[in-house]
Amino acid sequence: MTSIRLAVPETAIAGEIIEVKALIRHPMESGHRRGSRGEVIERDIITRFECLYLGEQVFAADFHPGIAANPLLTFYVRASRSGDLEFTWTDQHGAIWSEASSLTVS
Amino acid sequence: MIRLAGLVSITLITACSATTEVSDVPELAAEDIVSASVFLNSETRALQEDTFANPGYLWVDRGEALFSQPPAAGPACITCHEKGLRGVAATYPAYDENIGQVLNLEGRINQCRVTQQSEPAWTFESDELLSITAYVANQSLGEPISVDVNGPARAVYEVGRDYFQTRRGQFNLSCQQCHTENWGKRLRGDTLSQGHGNGFPAYRLEWESLGSLHRRLRDCDTGVRAEPLPYGDPLYVALELYLAERSKGISIETPGIRR
Repeated sequence: MTSIRLAVPETAIAGEIIEVKALIRHPMESGHRRGSRGEVIERDIITRFECLYLGEQVFAADFHPGIAANPLLTFYVRASRSGDLEFTWTDQHGAIWSEASSLTVS
Repeated sequence: MIRLAGLVSITLITACSATTEVSDVPELAAEDIVSASVFLNSETRALQEDTFANPGYLWVDRGEALFSQPPAAGPACITCHEKGLRGVAATYPAYDENIGQVLNLEGRINQCRVTQQSEPAWTFESDELLSITAYVANQSLGEPISVDVNGPARAVYEVGRDYFQTRRGQFNLSCQQCHTENWGKRLRGDTLSQGHGNGFPAYRLEWESLGSLHRRLRDCDTGVRAEPLPYGDPLYVALELYLAERSKGISIETPGIRR
């Protein structure tokens, strides 16, 4: 069970630079910590984030064990035409979480 | 003139002792009461106030979904509470006449779940209970805490006050000594807060997760090397009631961000 929060403006003027925020719930367990009995807590992290706008990649990030739990990303996109922004997170086991948001450009 | 002043002071003393309990235990002065968010650095406080980026809202979102999702047998929460529950969390813990007990918000939600929805109670600190508690408490965001400690809740309030004022653990410290008598001073790398529960369930940076007030109380008890009580223990509920009365006037910040 995960939760995703996206902050994308609903409308934009062509050529405008919009701020996009994406937050996902994930423990981002680094693999460097130990439990109360001294056992290593296994690494469990998201390794890749991608954002597609009109099917074209506009932002991507590789995650490593140093990223905090529940990672929040803020980035900027130049609005060109109306369409969807698709957000995808992939974890180290290949599990994928996606969410989309539509943008109307005038 | 001096004689008159003396007379006035005697009258005052008599008036005071007649209305208030005689106690040598210091209490927070009403004008000093501040939320723990005052002691956060500005970035952390800004994160708490950002209703998008505050990670506690990940749980609030889940709680909102659970609120309108009907369980197998009974009605969804929203069927009865269609107007939402604004202001309700600010009055909890509260005495429940039907079962003759003081319940905190988690206890009240579970009570509803068992009696109205015919579902088993959620375990304390489960993701579901945390989420829905955070959602209900978040509806009272900005509402001043105002609990009723008179009538049947009085005895429970006093049990909570005793817990707060009793020294415990290997460090032999009471809650009172840190949070009433020494708040604002440094304890290692952190500033001692006044111990208000107005941000809970809160996202603690140390936990990297949302957690209940009872989880926080367990951490405090562990911190003074005392045996922590189980989640949902009636003693913690009593303490929660005392804390809420002590926080009278400051507003709900759920989901708060705490260090």
